Amino acid sequence: MDKLIVAKSEPLWNTNNKVISIIGGLVVLLFALPLVGLNSFYLHLFIMIFMHAVMAQSWNVIAGFSGQISLGHGAFFGIGAYATSFFYMEYGITPWISIFFGMFISGVFAVLIGIPMLRLSGHYFAIATLLIGISFQVVFQRWDLVGAASGLWVTMTPEDSWTALQFHSSKLPYYYIFLVFFLISFFAVWVLSRSKLGYRLRAVRDDPQAALSLCINVSNYKIIAYVISAMIMAPMGSLFAQYILIIDPDRVFNIEISIIVLLITVLGGIGNVWGPIIGAAILIPISEYSRIYLGGTGGAVDLILYGLILMIICVFRPNGLISFIPKDILERKKQR
Amino acid sequence: MTSEIIFQAIVTGLMMGLIYALIAAGLSLIFGLMEIVNFAHGEHLMLSMFSSFWLWSLFGLDPLFSIPITILLMAFCGVLTHYFLIRYILKAKMLIQICATFGLSIFIRSIAQLLWTPDFRNVDKPLLEGRIELGSVFIGQPQLYASLVCLVAFIGLYLFVTKTETGLALQATAQDRHAAEVLGIPSNKMFAIGWAIGLGCVGVAGGMMANYFFIFTDVGINFALFAFVAVALGGFGSIIGCLYAGIIIGLVESLGGLLIDPSFKLLYVFVIYLLVVIYKPQGLFGRY
Repeated sequence: MDKLIVAKSEPLWNTNNKVISIIGGLVVLLFALPLVGLNSFYLHLFIMIFMHAVMAQSWNVIAGFSGQISLGHGAFFGIGAYATSFFYMEYGITPWISIFFGMFISGVFAVLIGIPMLRLSGHYFAIATLLIGISFQVVFQRWDLVGAASGLWVTMTPEDSWTALQFHSSKLPYYYIFLVFFLISFFAVWVLSRSKLGYRLRAVRDDPQAALSLCINVSNYKIIAYVISAMIMAPMGSLFAQYILIIDPDRVFNIEISIIVLLITVLGGIGNVWGPIIGAAILIPISEYSRIYLGGTGGAVDLILYGLILMIICVFRPNGLISFIPKDILERKKQR
Repeated sequence: MTSEIIFQAIVTGLMMGLIYALIAAGLSLIFGLMEIVNFAHGEHLMLSMFSSFWLWSLFGLDPLFSIPITILLMAFCGVLTHYFLIRYILKAKMLIQICATFGLSIFIRSIAQLLWTPDFRNVDKPLLEGRIELGSVFIGQPQLYASLVCLVAFIGLYLFVTKTETGLALQATAQDRHAAEVLGIPSNKMFAIGWAIGLGCVGVAGGMMANYFFIFTDVGINFALFAFVAVALGGFGSIIGCLYAGIIIGLVESLGGLLIDPSFKLLYVFVIYLLVVIYKPQGLFGRY
């Protein structure tokens, strides 16, 4: 029955030329940036921005495109992190392969969770995902095979190693790895947002009844979005585990991860491919700097800021910071 | 595994369940009125416990006597929440409403952490202490009185909503706020009253729990989770549903903890939630 739906996809490259050249320039700039000689703090800052942009992008797929609010997305981050570390330590499988294991496991879990739960609507789904996120943390805290509460300490290689994906002398390789993943996932979501699938997801979000009457299988499309979203999230967990090399349930399954992806996306602009990037580029520096300058006073100053920003954005700019940018710059030029 | 132990678990579960029920009733009232889930509910509970604690530690007021003050403070807090945040997001999308109250919860919790540090505190030597022996079953006095007070407050809330004029006006606003406005019921005022009562309920529960529970900044998270589950189980917006759902959750928690493994309490509640919500999406008594 799918043939009945004639959603006219936008051509991928028929964008404003100016935008293309700006994006191209930015990409070249990002690749060239470390050549200027960034110190390790700035490298760390950029790595965090890339990572959180992808994580938020993943949340954007499920919440922004298909309209299901997941408050437990940290679960997939944690699965990714545990997958690479566990397979490397137990079987010596290189993280480059187990990243895909992590993606696969996350995808399977997304299907298993999604089939019963995506039938729930609105608040019911949000609360269920909140419980999912915490359940994962509880289970991993008690699961002896993966180190229970003390977590996994990845065996360090004596030297930098590309096969083990560990670099001790410099953060530069991490910078490029995260950058490449950032670009890939950004491109993937961009393609998704302009494909038929993306249009159907938005139809499901905006009016499930109308979508159903057009033979769009609403719950299947929600599950597809959930799986895609989970599979974007998992590699970030894997790379994060390789970046810090010590993972424990309180760190990688922390509810804060689920909060921050939501915050970044809402700050930047939900349902928009650019939103998470703008959000991450603004929020992560704020949080890192506030940790440096205010963190010593013994509290969660960055969390106070998060909460405040989230409320202010919700009240005054529900469409996010992206709504400050005139629409015709971002979207395809209207042809006469 | 003797029958006494099981009976003990049932009594404990019932007592916790009544407290969950009252906390959930506040949440459900607010949701029924304006279809906003207060994700900061746990943090409001934390605030009420701290209010009780500080009144005890600064003025030497026993938590039992400071309950009226705590209730008033929480009601005021509810009106403030409505005035400064909620009334701006009444017409917003559901996502924005969830994010706004979620932001409020992070904000309150981290402010509390900054001001009071994440230390564990408790009220030393409150008036309610000790335990009662009924045959072989031990019942902690503070727990018993807390659950009884919560039950009384719950009945009071139920009578207020169903019998008094203000309560009926609240119900009218919940059913159709525009029609209610035509009949001269100012919906904004009703929302503020709803928030005051909703958080007042939390004030009762928090004030009574301050007698025996550890007081720390993250205390609300688990209670709020169970309250969300209770509201969804009972059906969003149904107050009487909260009572049954709260008791079910209390029993599942304590019996599951006894019979299987106490460290996975959350999971049992989660399974019950999923089963009910999947087979009866509107909850046990819901109208949505």
